[in-house]
Amino acid sequence: MFRSYEDHSKWCVTQKRQKMDSNEATTSESVSKKRGKTKKVKRKVKPDEAPVQEMDQAEGEETEKKSVSGPCFPPTFSVSEIKNKQRRHAMFLKLKEEKRKQKLELKKKKKKERKALGDQAPPKEVPKTIENQRIYDETTVNPEDEEVAFDEGTDEFSAYFSRLTNPKVLITTSDRPRGRTVRFCEQLATVIPHAHVYYRRGLALKRVIPQCVSRGFTYVMVINEDRKVPNGLVLCHLPDGPTAHFKVSNVRLRKEMKRRGKDPTEHVPEVILNNFSTRLGHSIGRLFAALFPHDPQFVGRQVATFHNQRDFIFFRFHRYIFKNEKKVGIQELGPRFTLKLRSLQKGTFDSKFGEYEWVHKRHEMDSSRRKFHL
Amino acid sequence: MAAKSQICSIWLGSETGILKGVSLTKKQAFNFCEMSCMSRDQEVCVMAWGDPHESEVLVGSVNGTVKTFSTDKGIFTATRECGDPSQGRFTGLAVTDSSMITCVESGLLKVWKEGSTETAEVNAGNGICRMQQNQSQRHRVATGGKENPLKVWDLERPDKPIFTAKNVAHDWLDMRVPVWVRDIGFIPDSDKIVTCTGHHQVRVYDPLTPQRRPVLEARFGEYPLTALSLPANQGTVVVGNTHGELAILDLRKGLVCGCLKGLAGAVRGLQCHPSLPLVASCGLDRFLRVHNLEDRSLQHKVYLKSRLNCVLLSSREPESSNADFSGDVEEVKAEEEEDEVWDTMETVTEKAKKRAAQKDEATATGVDGKKKRKLVKKVM
Repeated sequence: MFRSYEDHSKWCVTQKRQKMDSNEATTSESVSKKRGKTKKVKRKVKPDEAPVQEMDQAEGEETEKKSVSGPCFPPTFSVSEIKNKQRRHAMFLKLKEEKRKQKLELKKKKKKERKALGDQAPPKEVPKTIENQRIYDETTVNPEDEEVAFDEGTDEFSAYFSRLTNPKVLITTSDRPRGRTVRFCEQLATVIPHAHVYYRRGLALKRVIPQCVSRGFTYVMVINEDRKVPNGLVLCHLPDGPTAHFKVSNVRLRKEMKRRGKDPTEHVPEVILNNFSTRLGHSIGRLFAALFPHDPQFVGRQVATFHNQRDFIFFRFHRYIFKNEKKVGIQELGPRFTLKLRSLQKGTFDSKFGEYEWVHKRHEMDSSRRKFHL
Repeated sequence: MAAKSQICSIWLGSETGILKGVSLTKKQAFNFCEMSCMSRDQEVCVMAWGDPHESEVLVGSVNGTVKTFSTDKGIFTATRECGDPSQGRFTGLAVTDSSMITCVESGLLKVWKEGSTETAEVNAGNGICRMQQNQSQRHRVATGGKENPLKVWDLERPDKPIFTAKNVAHDWLDMRVPVWVRDIGFIPDSDKIVTCTGHHQVRVYDPLTPQRRPVLEARFGEYPLTALSLPANQGTVVVGNTHGELAILDLRKGLVCGCLKGLAGAVRGLQCHPSLPLVASCGLDRFLRVHNLEDRSLQHKVYLKSRLNCVLLSSREPESSNADFSGDVEEVKAEEEEDEVWDTMETVTEKAKKRAAQKDEATATGVDGKKKRKLVKKVM
């Protein structure tokens, strides 16, 4: 216990020291809340002047959690350790601003260096994107491949591509469609030439299809609706062709489009198919291509684009005008929607007994962010 | 050419009419196509071994011809007209003691004797989907199809089937259960027959029992089962359906043991290796996949550019790599072939090994890195 005052004071000092030591010991096990106690014995990377500073600060501000204004933080301080929300927020903003400043400075410096080097500057680094890092798909079609060329030359679309048939499309919906879907079908019918919209009347697709075949249709397009919004598309190529089932999202009707042009005319549009590189992508690309008649009427200056990116197919319909040889102006007309392939079935629509050429299996196919199938 | 065909351990028939041979050890696939003219009516429907030594492959096409391919020589040695396309596609092909058995969709089962044009005919009913031969008793075949129940025929007494299966009892709505036999398998060392149906049922029949109804019925999935195969170890069966789901079912209880993952398209051909726990599957997604049955992992995946209809596994060990072949393969590489393209592709195992190696390295460094980070934090 206390022997004398001097001893007591010594004892108090020693107690303090011990407390500090024990505090340090505890901080060595758990992350300290106090800004001052930033020392750890086992730490390998340690600036030399830091411990001295920290000791002084620790002795002075043992219990203070106050944030010190100015940039003199110990190097391993983290903003998330401040418990006061307002101060934490303020600190975070300051940190962000600092980082931005540093980034801008770095950029400026690099730009200067680049200018100074002139021609000998190293080439600009290409940023990594998911499309850059895409895992190479082994089914990517090589244009000179004979077997694939034969396969495509004799598949179900060969009649269209050898100009033996002209497309004739039947557009219908699921039973009892609501206004949005009906308007979407009408607009699609203006975009796709030789398209006819029919009301579904609750008929079974398996019965509709033989009737369409007998009337000379080449495609049946069924737009499925859920909760007053179109969300699915079944595209069936008719004589005995494949049936593709898509998920439809982000449908924008004509009146919702900003800065759009006048309604599309009856001219046959051109078709652009972007980025269908794999074998499956080729099949789907051909499926879309066979929707439109062969010879586009360039007088109409209309173009329908199916752009595939990351397995999503974006449909856009534009009218273009060449202002001079290098400049083109485009106006977006027509509906816009996004498709994602869910399954491709060989043969006409038969979801129960048909054989599927490709089925989207989420847990097996979506495990990698960089692997795409179309 | 001959060297190419000698190293192939898996043979596949495609819809474009090309016979493909795959060597898993060399990780190469070869196309064998005659006359370099492919057409859709040469589409391969059925394939079978021509002889017990597996030196000949019989390939049946849509146009009614059966071609013989010699694996030693690497060329098609014979062609035979066995019926015309009006009767439907081939649904079964088998060989017994110098005669060939073919079956078409209209139910006409013919036994073609070697060297003579006379044929013994059996009418098995309309709508046959499959004809399969009993490997231990080669004169017995089984047929089945859509609304055509399983029938076992003895070719020595071809007028009546020795066993006709009876349909199961009416279901809980008291309605007749439809019949659609898609594939048949004979269980070795016993008389039992396994069938898989288009109504996602797997049934086991025993002709020795007086009951003609199935002894066991199991269900898998919601889609038609298209292919079936019996692995080397008894008591299980591997089935595949039109959605690309492969499952191993236990035949004692009728439960699903596990599923084999990876297929994206309908399974058209399935075969288990006679001795090793491997199963090869091919289908409409244009891939050949070889799975290991014990741990259900994917061993090999090969992209073959056409839709595949049938697969044949040779009983030669696929893992054995002969030192003699290395020389032959080099010769092959040096030679200029007048035949089709041959592909080289990596197998999944290689990539898995690479990834495993990378992972090991990463974990080795990661530990230190993590430690450092921990230390840095604790100073706080």
